[in-house]
Amino acid sequence: MNRKVADLAGAKDETEMEARNPSTPEKEALRLTPEVTEAAAHKPKMRRRLKVAHPERCIGCLGCMFACSRIRRGTVSLQDSAIKVQTQGGIEGDFRVVVCRGCMDPPCARACPVHALEKMPDGRVVFHKDLCTGCGKCEEACLVGAISLGKEKMPIKCIHCGACVDFCPHGVLELEEVPVSGG
Amino acid sequence: MLRKVLYIDLTSGESFIQERQELFEDWMGGTGAGIKLLQEECPSGTDPLSPEAPIILSIGPLNGIFPVATKTVATFKSPLTGELGESYAGGRLSLAMRFAGHEAIVIRGRADRPSYISINDSKVEIKDATSIWGIDAQTTGVVLREHETGVGRRSIIRIGPAGERLVRYAGVVVDTYRHFGRLGLGATFGSKRLKALVISGTEHVDVPDARRYKEVYNRLYKTAVQTDVMEKYHDIGTSVNINVLNWLKGLPTKNFILSSFPEGEKISGEMFAEKYLFRRLSCAGCPIGCVHIAALKSAFSTHHEFEVRKVSYDYEPIYSLGSNLGVESAEGILQLIDVCERTGLDVMSAGVVLSWATEALEKGLITTSETLDVPMQWNNVEGYSRALENIVTAPNEFYQALARGVDYAAEKYGGRDFAMALGKNEVSGYHTGPASIVGQLVGVRHSHLDNAGYSIDQKAAKKPMDPERMVDELIREDNSRGVFNSLVGCLFARGVYTEENIIDSLGAVGIVKTGEELQDLGKRIFEEKYKFKVQEGFDLSHVRVPKRFYETVSLSGSVTPETVEEMLRIYRKKRGWS
Ligand code: SF4
Ligand code: SF4
Ligand code: SF4
Repeated sequence: MNRKVADLAGAKDETEMEARNPSTPEKEALRLTPEVTEAAAHKPKMRRRLKVAHPERCIGCLGCMFACSRIRRGTVSLQDSAIKVQTQGGIEGDFRVVVCRGCMDPPCARACPVHALEKMPDGRVVFHKDLCTGCGKCEEACLVGAISLGKEKMPIKCIHCGACVDFCPHGVLELEEVPVSGG
Repeated sequence: MLRKVLYIDLTSGESFIQERQELFEDWMGGTGAGIKLLQEECPSGTDPLSPEAPIILSIGPLNGIFPVATKTVATFKSPLTGELGESYAGGRLSLAMRFAGHEAIVIRGRADRPSYISINDSKVEIKDATSIWGIDAQTTGVVLREHETGVGRRSIIRIGPAGERLVRYAGVVVDTYRHFGRLGLGATFGSKRLKALVISGTEHVDVPDARRYKEVYNRLYKTAVQTDVMEKYHDIGTSVNINVLNWLKGLPTKNFILSSFPEGEKISGEMFAEKYLFRRLSCAGCPIGCVHIAALKSAFSTHHEFEVRKVSYDYEPIYSLGSNLGVESAEGILQLIDVCERTGLDVMSAGVVLSWATEALEKGLITTSETLDVPMQWNNVEGYSRALENIVTAPNEFYQALARGVDYAAEKYGGRDFAMALGKNEVSGYHTGPASIVGQLVGVRHSHLDNAGYSIDQKAAKKPMDPERMVDELIREDNSRGVFNSLVGCLFARGVYTEENIIDSLGAVGIVKTGEELQDLGKRIFEEKYKFKVQEGFDLSHVRVPKRFYETVSLSGSVTPETVEEMLRIYRKKRGWS
């Protein structure tokens, strides 16, 4: 088949890790991929960010949404996906693929009254589950609609892991490298 | 995973949910659970258009959870054949049923005014649809999208005027471009004054072992996208077969007078892809994107004013409304498909009814006073469009007869030898040889997809098979498809779901089955369906084969009645029927 062959074996698996090892900001910070660590040695510092490279190629299969909830959370759910594929006027219309933009000055984190969403120096926004009250202010703050409360009434925040990219059959999604500051 | 059935009564407006663990354990889900529910709900001799006739929608244990397990099966008593009605549709329906938490939905009764059903998780409402009664299927979707919640995870299924007016082969449009096409579910909806059903849910599924689940998922997904098993559906799509069958002399043309179409190149899948295809879509949970959408652009004035319609196409409609009607242009075919989409007619039955009428008019069995001066002539797209509209509005006795199917019309006006139905169901687009004919005769719903006789013929054309081998293959497919249709996977993905993969994916959701148990299940499902068929009067020893099948040379040469009869004899014997 004439399309990108996904490296499924390399798809990240967070469920087991998270189950055994509840994440803390420190651990989150340590969980850098080799490339990022290597890049850290040079200037400028880079981070990975999910990008909707070709929205018009979407066929509405929802493979990305199921990949996100399956691989990150070990469940079959549309609500627990950080990426969202929306229809505009049914499937006759165009699809809108909503992903987190990895904002430099993230409104979601700013809106959170209890600092459950925290912006890290490396540009990521990490989520502290134990602090979250499920108030939904982050959801209101993100204009693109990239963060929303999942089935446990906790925000589902994209971590730019790229698992969904491997399950998009039409090359809609890409992981890009952007500088930690700027971009 | 709780396995529940939602019961809705349109007469009383009441509904309730029942846990039916044992039903799903014994019969898996999908078509297995569907036939058992039909037996429970539909007493012998029920009028298919009466309030008592049930509509059963069911999914299986893998829907929404594994790739390409995307279909829902509708089980009902067919208003067209008077016996088993069974039809499959993709889109987002199975996903919406999964997340609403209903593995089956049983609809009974008749509403006192036009209505639609709105299901949100366990909340069921029956709402007034008076203002949209009479509106085409497409617009109905547009209106309901405005009124209902669940964007992105809901499914909207609805009928057009054909269903409302009880055309016996009216279909139900599912999420635009997908259909419960065959055997008249649309008329059953209409008889219940049920315009539509909207369903969405917010549940999720927790699998027993997430690691195992991901592993099996990856394996199936890889097979679906990285190997050739589904390539055909991904690229040009099913319509790639137009050229193939045309070259091989298996493409029914002008009501099967010919088995190849000299103008075939002009309506080939390649032509559609080259000139009209503008996007592809997928059912939710399928990475293939086999739904091919053409843009039909037509000028409605001389001042460069255009209208653009988005029409989905596949092999079957190109056959039934194309070669079968001698239509020589892709645009013409798209126009006719579009009429069927709006009115909500099954494209296959509609095309076969028109091709019979064309020939009947040529032969003088009917005249222009019956057709109301509509020129039903090969390649006359305008005439055929008007005829389709007339089938729906039924302005006279002739069109009323056409609305009841080709078998009925030929009974009344003559021309049974070229009324192309098997088991009263208008035939599919294959004149490949004896296995296709016998397969559609014996199949539980008289569809080419019951046992794929057409593909057995094509194999036999390369490497000869005796009648017994062919029958063995038909029986094997009959049974194994019963299992696959209980999981309600897409038949295009049957190559992905090998027995081993079925066992593993079931295992990943906590259902333990052996290969033997699955084979036994397939056989039992087939037998239960036949029980229903026989109870409703189907008799395999009295089936009619239109002579035309024997007159026109097929892909495997001339088919003789003797071969067909011999195969039927062997089939009955192997099934243990005297
Ligand atoms: S969730 Fe929205 S606000 Fe927060 S970082 Fe992503 S795009 Fe920005
Ligand atoms: S990058 Fe990871 S977290 Fe973000 S949407 Fe894709 S799978 Fe989900
Ligand atoms: S996986 Fe790709 S094609 Fe499928 S819905 Fe997501 S973005 Fe669209």
